[in-house]
Amino acid sequence: MTPRPAAFEPLLRELAPQVLAILVHHHGDFAACEDAVQEALLAAATQWPAQGVPDNPKAWLVTVASRRRVEAWRQDTARARREQTAFALTPPDPDPAPGVDDTLTLFHLCCHPALTPPSRVALTLRAVGGLTTAEIARAFLVPEATIAQRISRAKQRVKGTRFTPSGDLDAVRHVLYLIFTEGHTASSGDHLNRVDLTTEAIRLTRLLPHDGETDGLLALMLLTDARRPARTTPDGALIPLADQDRTRWNTDAIAEGTALVHHALSTHPVGPYQLQAAIAAVHAEAPTAADTDWPQILTLYDLLNSIAPGPMVTLNRTIALAMVDGPDPALAALTKAEQDPALKTHHRLHAVRAHLLDLAGRHEEARPHYARAATLTQSLPERRYLESRT
Amino acid sequence: MKYVILIYGNPESRAIWDSLPTEQRARGLEDYARLNEDLADSGELVVTEALADHAQTKRLVLRDGQRTTTDGPFAEAKELLAGFYLVDCEDIDRAVEIAWRVPEAQLGLVEVRPVMTLNDFLL
Repeated sequence: MTPRPAAFEPLLRELAPQVLAILVHHHGDFAACEDAVQEALLAAATQWPAQGVPDNPKAWLVTVASRRRVEAWRQDTARARREQTAFALTPPDPDPAPGVDDTLTLFHLCCHPALTPPSRVALTLRAVGGLTTAEIARAFLVPEATIAQRISRAKQRVKGTRFTPSGDLDAVRHVLYLIFTEGHTASSGDHLNRVDLTTEAIRLTRLLPHDGETDGLLALMLLTDARRPARTTPDGALIPLADQDRTRWNTDAIAEGTALVHHALSTHPVGPYQLQAAIAAVHAEAPTAADTDWPQILTLYDLLNSIAPGPMVTLNRTIALAMVDGPDPALAALTKAEQDPALKTHHRLHAVRAHLLDLAGRHEEARPHYARAATLTQSLPERRYLESRT
Repeated sequence: MKYVILIYGNPESRAIWDSLPTEQRARGLEDYARLNEDLADSGELVVTEALADHAQTKRLVLRDGQRTTTDGPFAEAKELLAGFYLVDCEDIDRAVEIAWRVPEAQLGLVEVRPVMTLNDFLL
């Protein structure tokens, strides 16, 4: 498949969900329309460089995609008679009423409860994000055929689903969160050929209608991504938060993320993404690690623990507790937390214990825990980091 | 998260398999076909392959610039790798659930191992 020229990429990706929504409204059948839109995007990528971008690129894409849709319909002999209807042959209006609901409908369809998380992620990136199968495959380091099959099966599965803007926004946010975390790697690898999934996740989250948790998620992504320039050494090794050069943090992203989370917390019921973003914002506000407002972070973790408890919350809260009350009460809390079977086998439990022992000056005791954490983690950069501490 | 499901056999399990009545072997193969179909459907399958007989293995060693190749079979090997799945699923519990459906769990041995990632989000 021809790679799309980079110059048109942002425009094509922006228009992709709008064109798809218009087509589905007009023709129905999400799966077939999605194929047609992909073909239209490909046609744009091959024709625009030579012929120039049309005056109304959206109308151009709608017309081409619509034509492809009708051609595909004609090939389907069972529908031979219905294709004659003028309705099918008239291209839809490229500029119907503003399409926020339509984009939201696409999100809900792609994050349908009948789909598994990997399928939701792939379908969202293609149908809403406008990415090609090849780009998604490279981003997830799997063969293109795997993604192609995943997408076509997912489309079959949601076939017949009514195209209405209803569904669970939490499911949509979770998929965007998965895309973001997948992109959050220390790899210094082949960036030229890999779509940046963190940037894509942020862009897609901006397409959702504002509410407290969506703004919280966007803020969390911005505040986390802001640390990216400081997070790794040139050779890809991890630098923990406390040791990062904070002058390298992205101040624009921090300003936007902080404003978003403050606004969300003061105008909406509190939710887990908002709280995680608030914690990230407290870190971002501290000019040095020593200036961190740990009591405030501990309060936020207590809140998070009461509305959305989980192993990571418990462990991170323990670190905040150590920074407020000292390592000994934190070690005691960790021993208590260890009774939870979900935590017992968690590699972070050992990493946190090692970190707390280090804080207490018990470096020799910390070593075997770092080593144990290193063998249990699934992350290569994290393993290297943990091994360096043993 | 990606997980690899490793499927092992041994000469005894092979002998048991060969001695099974045709219908029973056919059922085993059907189980595989159904598993592959379900995983393709759920989008969790990345790739799966069955491996040729262990006797066709070639072992390679490079020491001090010297290449040595040894042809199988290797008598010391007890559990022999017979095939694998690479799945992309929610967590290890789901990977284990998938692995339970591999027919070899009844005769040989099935292992699930997480694949290392470059993800550093948790730190």
